[in-house]
Amino acid sequence: MNRGGTTFWIGAILFLAAAFAMTQLIGNQYPFFACYVILQFIVLAIAWNVLGGYAGYVNFGTSAFFGVGVYTAVFLFKSIGAPLVVQIAAAAIVGALMGFALGLLTLRMQGIFFSIATIALTIVIETAITNWRYVGGAAGIQMQQPAPMAPFTSYVQMLFFVQALLVVLAVAISRYIQNSWIGRGLQALKDDELAAECTGVPTLRLKLLACVISGALMCAAGAPAAMYLQYADPSSAFNLNYSVSVLAMSLIGGTAHWAGPIIGAILLGATQQLLTVTISSEVNVLILGVMLVLFVVGAPEGIIGLIRKARGNRGEGEA
Amino acid sequence: MMSPEIQTPEAKTSEAQPPLLRISALTKKFGGFTALDNVSVDIRPGERFGLIGPNGSGKTTLINCISGAFRTEPGTVTFGGEDITRLPPHIRTRRGIARSFQIPRPFRSMTVAENLMVGLDFAGRADEVVSAGRERDTMMSILTRMGLASKADVSTAKLSQVELRKMELARALATHPKLLVSDEAMAGLSNSEVDEVLDLLMSLAAQNITIIMIEHIMQAVMRFSDRVMCLEAGKIIAIGKPEEVMANPRVQEAYLGT
Repeated sequence: MNRGGTTFWIGAILFLAAAFAMTQLIGNQYPFFACYVILQFIVLAIAWNVLGGYAGYVNFGTSAFFGVGVYTAVFLFKSIGAPLVVQIAAAAIVGALMGFALGLLTLRMQGIFFSIATIALTIVIETAITNWRYVGGAAGIQMQQPAPMAPFTSYVQMLFFVQALLVVLAVAISRYIQNSWIGRGLQALKDDELAAECTGVPTLRLKLLACVISGALMCAAGAPAAMYLQYADPSSAFNLNYSVSVLAMSLIGGTAHWAGPIIGAILLGATQQLLTVTISSEVNVLILGVMLVLFVVGAPEGIIGLIRKARGNRGEGEA
Repeated sequence: MMSPEIQTPEAKTSEAQPPLLRISALTKKFGGFTALDNVSVDIRPGERFGLIGPNGSGKTTLINCISGAFRTEPGTVTFGGEDITRLPPHIRTRRGIARSFQIPRPFRSMTVAENLMVGLDFAGRADEVVSAGRERDTMMSILTRMGLASKADVSTAKLSQVELRKMELARALATHPKLLVSDEAMAGLSNSEVDEVLDLLMSLAAQNITIIMIEHIMQAVMRFSDRVMCLEAGKIIAIGKPEEVMANPRVQEAYLGT
């Protein structure tokens, strides 16, 4: 555990150092645009996995959380010109509250009913934002990027590094949950909620916790997106594509281990970026669907499951 | 609150000690169907209590009310002198009420050891949870008592029926119970396996754990119980010493169908 912890944090620091070095060494803006999207998907997939993977509550409302993150940032920027840090922190708080509300739904809804409710949530919130003139309504809103902060020469590079920080934060949280009593409790309630209760697991409290953490991370991941595009509109901020992609990334990577969503997000995110550039953005969706079907049929435990199978039963549950 | 037809058990040791579990005037309805109708019973500390009755008579409903899976409308459940009627199941488990399920409900994605760890983590004794080493020791000692030590790192998906039953009892023990409710832990087992599980329950009772055993296997109930209660259509039709209850004509009619 301790050795694994040290290795993990060294890895995290190396990752951040590499991300920072990129911003200082690479002048071309395109790699940052592309990598930013992948990093954003990593955070979203990890956040999704806390609830969908560990607790087994399949959330189709990733786009609702993402969009609310975007619009929290838009609102704060327009009304008080809040700096990026404040935008992200506020989005996390709003996301946590939304997550809490979603958690209360789990009281009465399980399985497919919960999932449908999360889709409904997306539609309701999107409709509300579409009719809110102050943040641009259906037409969307343009925003001017302010000057980047000290060591960074462009705003996109700064956003890239901020998203890299969010990745480390999300991975650290998800890894902590998996290795602690919280993860064990979530796994128990995923297997059998009544048996978990009768073994002393406070199922409602753990589900609320998972929803709050998941929601806060999703909204935080969405907050910088408005500044990244310098533009926000409801139909792209609440695009159902986020929900589907993030779910596919987690499932393809494997939900049983914190590394699964990362692998899935890098694999699918990179493929999508590549296809968007080389062929068209429409092909994305097709490839996504095909890959999801292949994995659900061929490797229901995802890539993590394949790795575990390949290594036999050795190395299970390592950090 | 006892209706006159209920035989009061001998009051030798019972009145001296306060009951561990007191169920008073408990009623549970599902829509228009009354599953439990004004049931009142006291379970004494250390007692081996047999619960019998035909299918659909309310046995499992009663233990769902005891463990907290169902909320009861009228009626109260008191455990160790405290009213627990409104408490959720996990709090009841932490207070010392553990149960097994009629159809085993293991955590299927986990090994036997991990199943027990859930109980130790969330409802075990504080001094055992503090250090991971002691937790592992406690877990292994429970598994050894249950004869499952060799299965510790086996996935629950690979267990046989009797092993699953034992695993459920072991998981219940991990929560450090004062009261263990065993819901047909012997159903579907072979004769030798029934004896095995019965011996385990006896040894737990000898360690001062109060046990409510629901069972259809009569020899097991007779051998095990200090006291037997028979339910029919949600009502208590007899309660008392095993031989007395079995001799009761209403029990024979309702339960044995003679």
